Amino acid sequence: MSSATIPPQFEIVDRPLDTQMTISMGPQHPSTHGVLRLELVLDGEMVVKATPDIGYLHTGMEKLFEYKKYQQGIVITDRMDYLNPLGNNLAYVMAGEKLLGLEIPVRAQTIRVMMCELQRIASHLVWLGTHALDIGAMTVFFYCFREREKILNMIEAASGGRLTPSYFRIGGLMMDLPAGFENRCKQFLDNFPGAVDEFHKLLTGNRIFQRRTQGIGQISAEDAIDWGLSGPCLRGSGVNLDIRRANPYCGYENYDFEVPVETDGDVWARYMVRMREMRESHKIATQALSRLQPGPVKADAPKVVLPDREAMKSHMDALIHHFLIVAEGFDVPAGEVYHPIEASKGELGVYMKSDGGPKPSRVHFRGPSFVNLSALPVMSEGEMVADIVAIIGSLDVVLGEIDR
Amino acid sequence: MTSGPENIEQPTEQSTGSESTPSHPLVTALQREHPEWIGEVIHAFGETTIIVPREHIVAACSFLKTWPEGQFNFLSDICGADRGVEEEPRFEVNYHLFSTTKYHRVRLKVLLNEEDTHVPSVSGVWRTANWHERETFDMFGVIFDGHPDLRRILLPDDWQGHALRKDFPLRGYEPYSLK
Repeated sequence: MSSATIPPQFEIVDRPLDTQMTISMGPQHPSTHGVLRLELVLDGEMVVKATPDIGYLHTGMEKLFEYKKYQQGIVITDRMDYLNPLGNNLAYVMAGEKLLGLEIPVRAQTIRVMMCELQRIASHLVWLGTHALDIGAMTVFFYCFREREKILNMIEAASGGRLTPSYFRIGGLMMDLPAGFENRCKQFLDNFPGAVDEFHKLLTGNRIFQRRTQGIGQISAEDAIDWGLSGPCLRGSGVNLDIRRANPYCGYENYDFEVPVETDGDVWARYMVRMREMRESHKIATQALSRLQPGPVKADAPKVVLPDREAMKSHMDALIHHFLIVAEGFDVPAGEVYHPIEASKGELGVYMKSDGGPKPSRVHFRGPSFVNLSALPVMSEGEMVADIVAIIGSLDVVLGEIDR
Repeated sequence: MTSGPENIEQPTEQSTGSESTPSHPLVTALQREHPEWIGEVIHAFGETTIIVPREHIVAACSFLKTWPEGQFNFLSDICGADRGVEEEPRFEVNYHLFSTTKYHRVRLKVLLNEEDTHVPSVSGVWRTANWHERETFDMFGVIFDGHPDLRRILLPDDWQGHALRKDFPLRGYEPYSLK
């Protein structure tokens, strides 16, 4: 029997209808993590072309910076990447400090490192919970949010805000840590490795989770660099790049930590990088906590940094400085800087341009989510529709930062 | 009390006295190879800015990307800026380059007049430039020649004007849908 005897209408073909369909995924789709719309061209269940459509959350933050004084701009940054507000604060204030040439006290630097690493853990916990939820594992979500709640409570204790802390100020911190914070932080850090073990037990060995993530959404190291990926997405493709190592800031060069790298470049690799990163962040936060020494948390720059309450009540010049900073702001020398930091999602760069006045002439945020999302088409073409959900989850995008 | 103002004034001297500061070894090497690409070099705040004539920006980027001494293979960011309505040249486009092997950074800057806001696209050099250039077009009206898909990215397709230009108002007085 040769195949020529089978009548042509009964031959098995890959594309029975031979048609393509364009559908709109989002902006109200729960797995798009905000209001992201994808225009998908489908062939059956296979994605032929994916075009992200963004801008639904655009609020003109970069325009608003130009109308606000430098200190007022900090609260805007909280609302960009709302899962990593301390990272945004840090990038913004460090750009301002670079323009002003301020020297930040050691204690403030150490607290900044510690808080940023706690925030990175919190950001990764939201990613892990929602990523697992997208794929169908619901339990992990509750475990993650249980741990995240503890971090948010600590951030609230230090700054007064859970999601919008604005804790870092140009020249240091808003205020010192509250009494008893060290003990609370130590208690959390002591228990956290056990929580990571729990996440691993729930997900890493799960065969369904492995099948849904391994070999999905692959991107090579060359492509990842070409598309400007950064953070865990880049390290998942085998590129050992971490801004904390490459261009150290806040004294990160003095901390002992590893940069997790995976080589597969798929959803699974990005998952493993972030899981390992949580342990490294825990390591850095523990070191920072042990290095906390008493000292000032604000730079010695009375024209930039708000004076202490007590000084204002007894010193005339402190009161004058306070009035001038609040009423008129402070002048920043003309010039431009680009300050990159390693946020939880990748390279968060702030381009700040001053023309000498109390308000910036231009502030631009290079959001890691914005750039990482632009590589979504190259990762998702040829995959199934259901895998798009896994790929978006693995990119860890926050639309507040993309649309700004 | 006196240390604050001193701290503040120090970078100003750096930035204004940029002409006399010794040049970065990379810039001198680049100057030797392609002097026509370098309009002006500014060293300020520990960063290097090279002003590139716009007709050379693609050649300069693709050279820097593969240049063994620099290896600027990673495009961090492209962003526009409006220097002010009266300024001439009015617009600037900043390219922030980074090397994933040598970990150094450089900023290329293209200056544009208000009447002629065309600049060649570098999306052929780095594909990540695609969205950055779309954003700059959306916000400043800078037109990137040779861009594969130059559409608005953050604002709606039928939006009038370019929102981050200095003469665009912060507040509008009518709802968007009535326009």
